[in-house]
Amino acid sequence: MLETIQEYDYWAAVVNTLELTLWGALWALVLGTVLAIMRLSPVRVLQWAGAAYVTIVRNTPLTMIVVAANLIIWTQLKINLADPQSSTYIVDNGMRLGILAVAVYHAAFVCEALRAGVNTIPLGQAEAARSLGMTFPQSLTQVILPQAFRGAITPLGNALIALTKNTTVVVAIGVAQVSHAMRRMIEFRPDLLFQIFGLVALTFVAITLPMGLVTGWAAKKWAVQR
Amino acid sequence: MSTQAVLFDAPGPRTRRRHLLYTLIAGAAVLGLVGYVLAVLWRNGQITPDRWAPIVGAEAWTSYLLPGLQATLLGALISIVLAFLLGLVLAMARMSDMRWLRAVAAVVVEFFRAVPVLIMMLFVFYLLTYLTDVEGMWPSLIGVVVGLVLYNAAVIAEVVRSGVNALPKGQGEAGLSIGLSSLQVRSMILLPQALTAMMPTLVSQLVVVLKDTALGYIILYPELLNSVRQMGTRFGNVTVAFIVGAAVFILVNWLITVVAHRLERRLQRRGHIAAVVINHVEQPLEHQPGGKTTDQ
Repeated sequence: MLETIQEYDYWAAVVNTLELTLWGALWALVLGTVLAIMRLSPVRVLQWAGAAYVTIVRNTPLTMIVVAANLIIWTQLKINLADPQSSTYIVDNGMRLGILAVAVYHAAFVCEALRAGVNTIPLGQAEAARSLGMTFPQSLTQVILPQAFRGAITPLGNALIALTKNTTVVVAIGVAQVSHAMRRMIEFRPDLLFQIFGLVALTFVAITLPMGLVTGWAAKKWAVQR
Repeated sequence: MSTQAVLFDAPGPRTRRRHLLYTLIAGAAVLGLVGYVLAVLWRNGQITPDRWAPIVGAEAWTSYLLPGLQATLLGALISIVLAFLLGLVLAMARMSDMRWLRAVAAVVVEFFRAVPVLIMMLFVFYLLTYLTDVEGMWPSLIGVVVGLVLYNAAVIAEVVRSGVNALPKGQGEAGLSIGLSSLQVRSMILLPQALTAMMPTLVSQLVVVLKDTALGYIILYPELLNSVRQMGTRFGNVTVAFIVGAAVFILVNWLITVVAHRLERRLQRRGHIAAVVINHVEQPLEHQPGGKTTDQ
């Protein structure tokens, strides 16, 4: 078993999964925050565009988004996300397509988590901001969003855990990470099927369990006292 | 904050003019972005009329889209029914009076919520392929169903438990005081009330299950995504095939969401429920795994 882990470079696959998670989560957070601001803004067109994005993306399977990113952006449109001259072009490009698909999908859930966070803020906060004469951008950035992020720690943490597990889907376009390594290991060593499954399952427990604990702790520590 | 209108004042004449300007700018930006994407696709010959032509024909539907949708619905329906039953069993076990049974159920639930669905699908698929005589499309179908059932049963078990916890304490106490055993209290008093309150959540969980059947693409289950991809190859219109496939997924999921909302409103109107299961519908439960979400 140990030889198999080394032969198929399982730990490198784990590092790739963590990398996909990190970059996917960062881009999802940025895009999701923009979408949440659009949905909260006084401009109808932006509200509508944000809502349309969330509805479309949330009802489409992630697998479909991942496969479409590969087939349409790369195979059909030939848009490169990495330098074609680079020696690691195929690997880098696949990785970035995977990150793109994961981020685009989870941005919708980040947006909804932030809106849930906004819903935890009492009316008085926004009213007080307005009565102080704050404009919408001022009240948004100085009163609403800081409290919304603190109120949204739990749903954001859950979105992060879901994102971590969902990075396995990029095996659909052959990006090397844990589920990809699992498939290769099983195909060459079917006799180790149970051990390999146990190893992969434990890997995910080991990654997501601390995330859940930290989320719970952070949500308590940073909860807005009311 | 219930209404977002409180974020900003009711606009006066000057603000309204300013908002009109913003609307125009934002509208132009949104249209520009969408237009740019469409233009790129058009220039690359991805969405020209000849690519759409096969979609209007019968073959696209009879050979690809409808069989694919059928397989997707089949996998999703089997899974949601089995997941519901297993979820009930797990929830009962987790609320049991026997400590060891509670502990076992807790470990099982937390394990299956932490392991990605795809990992379980791959495991079952290879298990059937290498270690049994099961053949044809069965390893794929069973892989999809088992993966979905294990994960969603764990999620549903947590929903049931939180639904029971949300009931007023008096319900259980009243049952115990008229001499029912704790098992009877749970199965005859608590569970039926919790289930009624949970119906909308369970229906919207179907969206999660339906979307996740697309993972079957990876273990060669002939579901909708698979047939969309084959159709794209057959007619040479990958982009159009994916647009149509996504539209089918979105339409079906949207219909399920509408049913869930209707159900929720009807339950609230009838006022029969003793407790409302919070935290659902707006965000499917798939996205609240790990952590102790359901009871927060």
